[in-house]
Amino acid sequence: MSLLGEDIVTEEGEFVINIGPQHPSTHGVLHLKVWLDGETIKKVQPHLGYIHRSIEKMSESLSYRNFIYATSRMDYLSAHINNQACALCVEKGLQIEAPPRAQVIRVLMAELTRLSSHQLWWGCTGLDLGAVTPFFYAFRERELIMEIMEESCGARLTQNYSVPGGVMYDIHPNFQKRTKDVLKQIKAKYQEYEDVLTGNVIFEQRTKGVGYISPEDAVSFGCTGPTLRGSGVSCDVRKWFPYDGYDKVQFDEVLQTGGDCYARYMVRIGEMKQSVSIIEQLIDNIPDGDFQAKTKMVLKLPKGEFYQRVETARGELGVYIVSDGAASPYRIKYRSPNFSNLSALEHMAVGSKIGDLVAIMATIDLVIPDVDR
Amino acid sequence: MTNEEIKQSVSALFPGVTYDETGEFLTILISPAELRPVMKALRFNKEYNFDFLFCLTCIDWKTHLMMVYHLLSRKHKHNIVVKAKIADIVNPEIETICDIWQTANFHEREVYDLFGVKFINHPDMRRLLLDENWDGYPLRKNYVDENMISI
Repeated sequence: MSLLGEDIVTEEGEFVINIGPQHPSTHGVLHLKVWLDGETIKKVQPHLGYIHRSIEKMSESLSYRNFIYATSRMDYLSAHINNQACALCVEKGLQIEAPPRAQVIRVLMAELTRLSSHQLWWGCTGLDLGAVTPFFYAFRERELIMEIMEESCGARLTQNYSVPGGVMYDIHPNFQKRTKDVLKQIKAKYQEYEDVLTGNVIFEQRTKGVGYISPEDAVSFGCTGPTLRGSGVSCDVRKWFPYDGYDKVQFDEVLQTGGDCYARYMVRIGEMKQSVSIIEQLIDNIPDGDFQAKTKMVLKLPKGEFYQRVETARGELGVYIVSDGAASPYRIKYRSPNFSNLSALEHMAVGSKIGDLVAIMATIDLVIPDVDR
Repeated sequence: MTNEEIKQSVSALFPGVTYDETGEFLTILISPAELRPVMKALRFNKEYNFDFLFCLTCIDWKTHLMMVYHLLSRKHKHNIVVKAKIADIVNPEIETICDIWQTANFHEREVYDLFGVKFINHPDMRRLLLDENWDGYPLRKNYVDENMISI
């Protein structure tokens, strides 16, 4: 794996370059070794682990209340949804259910998280492809959501709001009014998003037909989320295995059949609108009651195995807890969406030009701490 | 197919397997030698059609290692868990399944990296997350990190 001292040009005349780990377009410390023939990609080898913290090992020595906080640091853009997955998995083990109020609050926060995550992705995608304006547009609206988060959860990014049995504290009195105001503003900006990027000729040329993956390959590579839905395969966990009352709200699973960067882009654009629709359905219908079920001080899961999957902004996150009856998990595995999506990168990129690699990475929407864990 | 139907038809193909139904999913316990025939049947038999390997991991039970494969069929909407017990804890080995599900490539490298299980016939059996020269396998229960400070 030594990178220095290796030939830059292989015997076949291929040119080997390193992209990352410090490169703006990799959105973190991803390191790709790329074999090139001229500008055409022959092989891509991801080198991971630059931000590996062994969260799985850490969790083995933390209690069932504490390990959740570590998961905010995996996919930090969907931190709330990671927390929700862990809380749900522990609840499954304890055979309790969060009160209706807590479930609705969780779903509202999860959809706000998804919205803000997709907005950041939208801005960064534009930036990666050479359009600077979307970045500022996206952060303008994202900031409003971050403020809602800060007010109710106490943190902007790593919320740690979900706990086993519900949410940590009740929503802020301003929450409903503020959320409605923000939604109104965001909806007014959709057309700007479409005008500045979606219909842009340069953007279309950079994304249409680029990074194609067939439905069969995408399933085989374990892709989930918008990456798989861009190939036309239904996989939304919120529809397939509903949790926290997602079966009671009306929304469509956004599917595109293109399988290329543009299709994945359009899926996320569509998902933003669906998230807004879910929030609108729930914001005036938050049930009264407790925001947290009564649980013991020290949680102990019965002997056994528990698996919970949720839909994060990037795909299916699975939390697999193996318990031996103690106060901390015997083994915990996070099946992170980015890890599997990244494994399909080489398949998508081979044969494309080096500039397209950036477009492909952008539309898989990689978050590297989630890959490395 | 319901769990009962899957059990009956898997038993007809592979009489040696045992089942565990205590968890959320139906679990099949197999020996490592049966792994590839069982996995191929689960993937390619039309009545099972488990096309999505959504989780692949390993558990260190101190006396043995347990490989765990979670499968989902998108067509039939049924789940199954396959477990293979590796008795040899010093030189654990099992065959690869990354030609059946391509996602297994990265997941098996991760298991090799963190548990030290060697996957026979894997096309690229290198460490994934840790450095090549790393000593030991961190997710093993007997792994001791000298640099770790307990507070």
